Amino acid sequence: MNASTIPLCDIPLMARPAGTLWQPGARALCVSDLHLGKSDRLARAGGALLPPYENLETLSRLSDEVEATQPEIVICLGDSFDDMDGATSLDDDCRDLLLRMQAGRRWIWIEGNHDPGPISVGGEHLGSVSFEGLTYRHIAEPGAVGEISGHFHPKLAVPGGGVARRCFVWDGRRCILPAFGAYTGGLSALSPPIRTLFGTEAFAVLTGRRPLKVPLISDGHRRSSRPRQGSAYRSG
Amino acid sequence: MNALPRPFADWFDTRGWQIHPHQQEMLSRASESTLLLIAPTGGGKTLAGFLPSLVELADGAHKGLHTLYVSPLKALASDIKRNLRTPVDEMGLPIRIEDRTGDTSYTTKRRQRADPPHILLTTPESLALLTSYEDAPRIFAGLSRVIIDEIHALEDSKRGDQLMLALSRLETLAPGLRRVGLSATVEDPGRIAHALARQPDPCRILTADPGPEPDISMLVTEEKPPWSGGGAAYAIPAVLDLVKQHRTTLIFHNTRAQAEIFFHNLWLANDDSLPIGIHHGSLDRQQREAVEAAMVRGDLRAIVCTGSLDLGIDWGDVDLVIQIGAPKNVKRLIQRIGRANHRYNAPSKAVLVPANRFEIVECVAALDAAKAGDLDGDPKGPGPRDVLCQHILICACAGPFDAEALFREVRTVGAFAGLSRAAFDDCLDFCATGGYALRAYDKWQRLKQVDGLWQLRDPRSAQRIRMNIGTIQDTDTLKVRYRGSFKPLGEVEEAFAATLTPGDTFLIGGQVVRYEGLREMTVEVSRRADRKPKIATFMGTKFATSTQLSARILEMFRQDSWPDLPGHTQDWLTLQREVSKLPEANRILFESFIYDGRPHSCIYGFAGRNAQQTLGLLLTQRMEAEGTAPLGFVSTDYATLIWSVEPVTDPVPLFDPDQLRENFDTWLRGNAVMKRTFRASATIAGLIERRTPQSKKTGKQATFSSDILFDTLSKYDPDHLMLRITREEALRGLVDFGRIEEMLSRTGGHIDHVKTARLTPLAAPLLLEAGRVPFAGEGRERLLEAAAERAITEAGLAP
Repeated sequence: MNASTIPLCDIPLMARPAGTLWQPGARALCVSDLHLGKSDRLARAGGALLPPYENLETLSRLSDEVEATQPEIVICLGDSFDDMDGATSLDDDCRDLLLRMQAGRRWIWIEGNHDPGPISVGGEHLGSVSFEGLTYRHIAEPGAVGEISGHFHPKLAVPGGGVARRCFVWDGRRCILPAFGAYTGGLSALSPPIRTLFGTEAFAVLTGRRPLKVPLISDGHRRSSRPRQGSAYRSG
Repeated sequence: MNALPRPFADWFDTRGWQIHPHQQEMLSRASESTLLLIAPTGGGKTLAGFLPSLVELADGAHKGLHTLYVSPLKALASDIKRNLRTPVDEMGLPIRIEDRTGDTSYTTKRRQRADPPHILLTTPESLALLTSYEDAPRIFAGLSRVIIDEIHALEDSKRGDQLMLALSRLETLAPGLRRVGLSATVEDPGRIAHALARQPDPCRILTADPGPEPDISMLVTEEKPPWSGGGAAYAIPAVLDLVKQHRTTLIFHNTRAQAEIFFHNLWLANDDSLPIGIHHGSLDRQQREAVEAAMVRGDLRAIVCTGSLDLGIDWGDVDLVIQIGAPKNVKRLIQRIGRANHRYNAPSKAVLVPANRFEIVECVAALDAAKAGDLDGDPKGPGPRDVLCQHILICACAGPFDAEALFREVRTVGAFAGLSRAAFDDCLDFCATGGYALRAYDKWQRLKQVDGLWQLRDPRSAQRIRMNIGTIQDTDTLKVRYRGSFKPLGEVEEAFAATLTPGDTFLIGGQVVRYEGLREMTVEVSRRADRKPKIATFMGTKFATSTQLSARILEMFRQDSWPDLPGHTQDWLTLQREVSKLPEANRILFESFIYDGRPHSCIYGFAGRNAQQTLGLLLTQRMEAEGTAPLGFVSTDYATLIWSVEPVTDPVPLFDPDQLRENFDTWLRGNAVMKRTFRASATIAGLIERRTPQSKKTGKQATFSSDILFDTLSKYDPDHLMLRITREEALRGLVDFGRIEEMLSRTGGHIDHVKTARLTPLAAPLLLEAGRVPFAGEGRERLLEAAAERAITEAGLAP
C-alpha cells in the first residue's frame, strides 16, 4: 500500500501521502487543521478577497480519502474551522459533501484553539478521544506517550529536494499530523516548538506522490560538507 | 522670450554662469501644458526643470503647494533638496522646500499634510500614498507644476504607470496642472512624451546639446578572460591600475552578488590601501549613506556599485566609469557612461571589462552600438491592470468615487488610453467582490456602491490598503546582523538564507561572514578572517541581453574575420566555424554531441537569458514526450544546453510553434516562474497583502504560500482576472515568451542540425555555467528518494 508505517506503542498506524492518518485497528481516519472558512474570515476583517474555493478544495480531497479508506470513524483533529463562524460560511455544496461523508460512520470534531466549542454541523464534539490506547488531541502535551496531535502545521524541505512539503513528524511515541486545509501555511519540522517535542531519533514523513520518510536532524547537526550545486565559489 | 528676472540674472552673473539654451527655452515655454526635456547628465537639467517654479515663487505670493518633484530614488530627492537650497538661499527667495519619502518621520509627514511646502520632493510611492488621504483635495489644491526627474527610468516600469495614474488624479484635484519630464538620452523620446502628457494633450520635446562624444573602450589584458562566469577576477590588477590613474572611478556591476565578489577581491589585491567603497541595494541604509557621504566629500577613489547608482545623484568628480561584465543593454551603458564627468563639456570616459570570453563579443557589439547611437528599447504593452486595480483601491481610500468619472480620468493616462470600459469594470469588480465566477462574497465585499458611488465597506481596510501601496517587488528578504549586535549589515533573499547551514561562509558588505543561525527572522552571522567565502553568491536578477544587441552579435558572426577582437577570441570563433558553424539570425542552430558519456543538445536562440530559460523548460517537456528522457538544462543569453538519456535524432518537431505554444499554456499552470509572476501581480492588485496590521505578531504558520492561491484559482476559476493578467505578464519579464515568438518568426522555424563527435567551442562555456535546472518529473521523485535513503544510511539508521 502506498503509505508509510509509523506505529505508536506497537499499535500500527499508516501515514498516507495525502496527509491523513489511518489507524487500521480502529478503522479510523484522522485529519488535522482543515481551517474551513478561512477566506471568509479574512474578507470579514476587511482584508483581501481570496479565492473562495478552499472549503470545496479541502473537503473534496478529504472525500477522496474517505472513499479510499472506507473508515468507520473519522477524527478531525481540531482547527477544523478557522473560527467559530467558520461553519456558517459553508455553502450548500460543501454542506452536502460533508453530510455525504458523515453518513453511516462516527464523525468526531476534536476542539482546537481556533474552534474551541461546538459547531453548527453534525458530529460529536470532544476535547480528546482514545482508540486502542492511543490519544487524539489538538495540541501535543509535554511528556505524553501514544499521542496523536496537529496544531503545528509541520513542513520540511529536504536538501536537493526542492520546496518544502507538508509532513508528519513521528518518533514511535507520538505523532504530529500535517495541516490538511488548502489555505494553511507551515512551520519547519526542525523549528524548536516542534523539534523539542520529539526524541533524538525522530522522522518526518513527507506528503506528496508517495510518502517519504526522512530522519529529522536538526540544523546544528546537519553535515555542512555536502556539495552544493551552482553556488560554489569560482575564482574565474 | 522671457528674460531672466533680476535676482536670477544677478545670481548667474555672480557665479559667472551663462544660462544654457535649453534652460532658457524651458523658462520661455513654462506655460505649456507638457514639456519633455532630453539632456545629458550634467547639463543643468534639474535647474532647467525648477527655474520656472523658482521664478514664479520669487514674489512670495503663492500659498501652499506649487511644485511637486518626483524622482525614482529617495536619495535623489534629498540630493535635489540640498542642491536647490543653494540658489534659493543665495538669492534670498521666500521658498520652502521639503522632501517626503519612506524615510521621512511621522510628525513631519503629518505637518506636511496640514501645511504643505511650496516645493515638495517625493517618490512615486509616497505620492500614491498622499493621494489616498481624504484631505488630498486640500493638499493639492494650489498645485501648479509637477516635475518628473529621470522619467526614462520610470517610464517602462509599473512604478511609472502608477505615477501617471496618480498624475491623472492630481489633474482632477488641480486642473491646469503643468507637467515637466526630465530624461536622459533615450531611443524613442516620443514614447516617453506620450506617457507623460495628459491624453489627448500634445507634449513638446526639448533637446539639449548632447555634449562631446564619450570616450569608450574595452579593456584588453594580457591574461585571457575565463570561459564563463561573471566575476571578472582576472581583471582586478588592471582595474586597480585604472583607479590609480584617475581621481574617482565608479565600477558598475550587473548584479549585487558580482559586486560583492569583485569588491572582496579588489580589497585582497589593494596593496596601496586605496580608499574604495561599495554601494548596492541590499546594503543597509546607514552603510549606503556613509558611502554616499564619503563620496561627496571626495574621500573615495572608487565605488563598486550596481544599478543603485545608475541615476542622477551628483557625485562630483567622477572621471572614469568602469562597466564589469557586458552591459546587456546599450541604453543602460550610455546612461552609466554619463555618470562620468558631470561637467558639461568634458567627454565621459568609460572602460568595458568583459567577464568571460563570450562577453568580449558582446562588449564589442555594444561599443559599436554606442558609437552609432543605436539605443535599444522594447515595445511597451498596454497599461498593466494589476496597477490599475491598486489605483482603484487607492481612490476608494480617499473617498467615494463615481465609476464613470474614474474611468474617464484613467483614460487620460497614455498607457491606459486604449482601456475599454469592460476591462475597467473587470478591475473594479475584482477590487469590489474579488471577481470570482463560481462563488461570491455577498456580504463581505471590499467596495460597495452607495447612492451610485463606490466606497470601502469597512473603513478599516483603508489602513491595510495604504500599508500595501507600491509596485516594487521586494523579494522576501531577511536582515543580516552580527550575533549579539543590533546593527544590521544588509539583507539577503529568504530563498538564499534557506540554503545556508551553520558554518557556511558568505559575502556581505565586502566581508566574509559565517552563518550562525536564524533568529526571529534575522540571519545571525559572525566575523570570519577567511579570504575565500564558501558560498559567494546570493541571488539577484540577471539582465537579459537586449534584442538589438543580440542582433548585432549575430551580425558580427557573419564577418569573415574579426580584426576588432582579441586574438584568442578570433581563434575561438574560427574553430567554432570549422567544427560546427556560427549561429545565424535567420536559422536556429541545434548542435548534438556526446559529452561525459551523455547526449547533449545545444540550441542557439539568442533570445536573452529569460527566454532561453523558458525555451529550456519547454524543450525538455517536448523531449520527455518524444522519449529522449531529458535530465536537465542550463541557459545563457544566447544558448540553452540540454542533457538527456537518449540523443535527439530530429529536432524539427521540437520547434513546432503550435506545439510550443500549447505546451507553453499547459506549462504555465505548473511553473515556478509563472507562480512568481502571479505573486507579483496579485500583490500589486491587492489579492496578497505583504503587510497587515497584525503581521508582526503572527508567525510564519499563519501565512501560506501564494502558490496555493495560484493552484486553487487555476483549478476552480481558470479565467479569473488575476490569471489573465499573469498570462499577459508572462510574455515579458522572467518568462519572456515574447522573445521566443520573436526567435521563431525571425528564423521561420528553420533549423540547422549539426552533429559533432565532441563538444563544440561555442557550447563549451555552457558546461561551466551555474544555474543548472534539473528536469522535474518521475526522475526527480527517484532522485529525492535516493537522497532520503542516503540520509538514512548516513545517519546510521536502517531504512
